[in-house]
Amino acid sequence: MSDADMTELDDIPIKRPVRWHIAVFLAPAFIVYSAIMVLPLIETLRLSFYNLVDGVPTFVGLSNYRVLFGDLRWSHDFWNALRNNLIFFAIHMCVQNPIGIALAALLSTPKLRFVAFYRTAIFLPTLLSFVIVGFIWKLILSPIWGVAPWLMSLVGMKSLFAPWLGQSGPALVAVSLISNWQYIGIPMMLIYAALLSIPEEVIEAAECDGITGWSQFWKIKLPLILPAIGIISILTFVGNFNAFDLVYTIQGALAGPDMSTDILGTFLYRTFFGFQLQLGDRSMGATIATVMFLIILAGVSFYLFAIQRRMRRYQF
Amino acid sequence: MIRVTKGMLLAATVLASAGMAHAADVKLTIESWRNDDLAIWQEKLIPAFEAKNPGIKLVFSPTAPTEYNASLNAKLDAGSAGDIITCRPFDASLELFNKKQIVDLTSLSGMSNFSPVAKAAWSTDDGKSTFCVPMASVIHGFIYNKDAFEKLGISVPKTNDEFYAALDKIKKDGTYIPLAMGTKDLWEAATMGYQNIGPNYWKGEEGRAALIAGKQKLTDADWVKPYEELAKWKPYLGDGFEAQTYSDSQNLFTLGRAAIYPAGSWEISLFNTQAQFKMGAFPPPVPKAGDTSYISDHPDIGVALNAKSAHQEEAKKFLTWVASPEFAEIYANALPGFFSLNSTPVKMSDPLAQEFVSWRGTSKPTVRSTYQILSRGKPNLENETWVESANVINGTDTPKVAAEKLQKGLDSWYKPAK
Repeated sequence: MSDADMTELDDIPIKRPVRWHIAVFLAPAFIVYSAIMVLPLIETLRLSFYNLVDGVPTFVGLSNYRVLFGDLRWSHDFWNALRNNLIFFAIHMCVQNPIGIALAALLSTPKLRFVAFYRTAIFLPTLLSFVIVGFIWKLILSPIWGVAPWLMSLVGMKSLFAPWLGQSGPALVAVSLISNWQYIGIPMMLIYAALLSIPEEVIEAAECDGITGWSQFWKIKLPLILPAIGIISILTFVGNFNAFDLVYTIQGALAGPDMSTDILGTFLYRTFFGFQLQLGDRSMGATIATVMFLIILAGVSFYLFAIQRRMRRYQF
Repeated sequence: MIRVTKGMLLAATVLASAGMAHAADVKLTIESWRNDDLAIWQEKLIPAFEAKNPGIKLVFSPTAPTEYNASLNAKLDAGSAGDIITCRPFDASLELFNKKQIVDLTSLSGMSNFSPVAKAAWSTDDGKSTFCVPMASVIHGFIYNKDAFEKLGISVPKTNDEFYAALDKIKKDGTYIPLAMGTKDLWEAATMGYQNIGPNYWKGEEGRAALIAGKQKLTDADWVKPYEELAKWKPYLGDGFEAQTYSDSQNLFTLGRAAIYPAGSWEISLFNTQAQFKMGAFPPPVPKAGDTSYISDHPDIGVALNAKSAHQEEAKKFLTWVASPEFAEIYANALPGFFSLNSTPVKMSDPLAQEFVSWRGTSKPTVRSTYQILSRGKPNLENETWVESANVINGTDTPKVAAEKLQKGLDSWYKPAK
C-alpha cells in the first residue's frame, strides 16, 4: 500500500451530528452584545464621517477629523483635554495603584487584626454613586462650610488650605485624588486576591532560604502578582480615558476653572449634547468619540502585544 | 366582509376604551427646566386652567436646568417630547423652529398682548414669525441686606463711587462679606456680574446692536470696562470664592453673612422664604452721577407647541390662556421675580418684585449681550463669557486679555452683515 492510500483512508470524515446547541447558547450573548455594543460603535464610527451640509447629512470623508486636529480652537480644546486626561491617568497610576498594592500587602499580613473591617471600609467608596462622592467632596472641600478647613485649623495648618476646586492649577489634581479615593478599593481587592492565591509552600520555601519581610515582598510576592498589576493598569487606563461622571458632578460640563479639568469625556459631552446656549454637534461628537476609542484601542493593544506577552507567569 | 366586520369591531373597541377614559380627556405634557416651579404649577396654574377647560389635563414635567436643552433636543428628535415645550430665549428655540419641531404661533389670538420687543426673543431674525408665547423676563440688579445697611449707616449706592465706598465700609466693619458671589460655577460671574453691570457701559441695546452689526468689538473700551469693574470686585468677595458655588452664594446671603448679592430677579421668591432680614434692591450703579441707567431685562421663558403633538387644538387653547392677562397675574404673583411680558400691566404684591419692576420706568432695558445671534457658532460666545468672566475675577486673565480671547473666538466664525 502506498502512502497516498493511507492518507485517503484517514481523510474519510467521521460523521458527527451538527452541534446546534453551540449556536443556540451563544446566540443570546452575541445578539445582546451586538445590539447594544457593536452596532452603536459602528454607527458612531459611521457618524464621524458625516456632517450636516445645508441641513442634510452628507458623507464628508475625513473632514471632521481635519477640523478636530486642524482648526486652531478645536485642536486647542482637544489637546487640552487629552493632556488633562493624561495627567488624570498619571495620578491614578502613581497614587491610586501603588497605595492600593500597599494596602493589599498590609491586609494580607497574617497578624493584622480587623482585616474584614478595613477591607470593607476601604472598598466602600467604590460602591458609592459618583454623584454622592462628588457631592460629599465638594462639601468637604468647600471653603465656606467644608470640614477640610476646620480639620486643618485643628492641627494649625489652616494657612495651607486653599479653595482647590476653584483654582486652575490644583483643581485637576484635586479631582484626580477624589477619584483615587473612590476607586482605590479595586486595585486593593484584585491584588489582595492575587496575594492570597500565592501558595503557602512558596512562602515557606522563601522563609527557609532566609527571605522574609520586605525582601520577601519584593522578591517573591511582587513578581507573582505582576500579571494582576498589569490588569489593574489596563483597567485604570480604560476607565480614565472613558471618565466623565466625576468631573461633571464636581466641576460641571464646562470643567472649570478655565477648562483646567476638561478631560476627553467632558469635551465629548459638551460637543455631542451641547451645553447651555451651545447646540449639540453630533458629527463632531462622534468624531471625538472615535478618537477616544482609538486612543483606548491603541493603549490596550500596546499592553496586550508589548507587555503581557513578555510577562513571565508562574504556575504552581 | 369579514375584514370589514373585524375593522369595525376594532374601531368599536378603541372608541369604547377612549370613551371610558373620560370623554375626550386630553392630556398635555409640559416640558420645562423650571423644576423649582413644580409646586406653583400643580397648585395654582394647572387648577386655574383645568377649571376653565374641562377635558384637558395638564402635566408639568420638568428636567434639571443644565440638562434641559440636551434632553429636550434628544426627545424632540426621537418624537417623544411633550406637547408643550418651554422655550429658552433666542437661538436655542429658533433652531427648534427652523427644524420645524415647534409650530409657528404668529397667528395665535393672544399674541397681540405682547410688544414686538417682548416677542423678539422668540421671533425669526426678520421678526415675521413668532414661535413661542413670551411668558416671563428676569431683571438683573443687586439685592442687599437692609438691616446690614442700616446698621452700618450705608445709603443705597447709585453711582460706582458710592458702590465701592459702600463695599469698603462693609469690608472695614468685618461683620459681613461685602459681596456674595463665587466663581466656581462660572455662570455666576458672567450672568450676575458681567451681564448685570455691563449694559451701563455698552449702553444697552445701542451697544448690543452695534456688536451684532460688527460696528463694535468686544475689545472696545465699552465692552472691556465691565471686566475692569469685575476685576475690582475680587477683594470684596468671601474667602475661597474660587470654590464658592451658586448655592453657596445664595446661602451666604440668606443666612445674613453677606451684605450685597449680585442678583437676578428670579431669586426673589426663594430669598423671601429663606432670609430672616429685610431686603432691598438697587439697579446696577451708573459710572457717573447723571449717566443714563441701563438694566438687563432679559426675556427668559416662553412656551411653544410641539409640532408632533397629537392635540394641536387643545394645546393652542392652553397657549392662548398663557398669553392672557389672567395667566400673567397668577404667574407673576406666584413667582415674584419672573416678570410678565404681557402689555397689560400686572399688579404685584411683593415689595422686592415691585422694586425691580419699577426700574423699567427709570432705566433703559436691554437683553443679555451674548444671547441673540452671537452664540450661534463654535466657540460659543456665552460659554466663553462664563469662562472668561470667572478668569477675570480670579485674576487668571486681565480684562484686556479676556476681551481679546472672546473677540478672537467670535471672529473665527461670526461675519457680521456689512
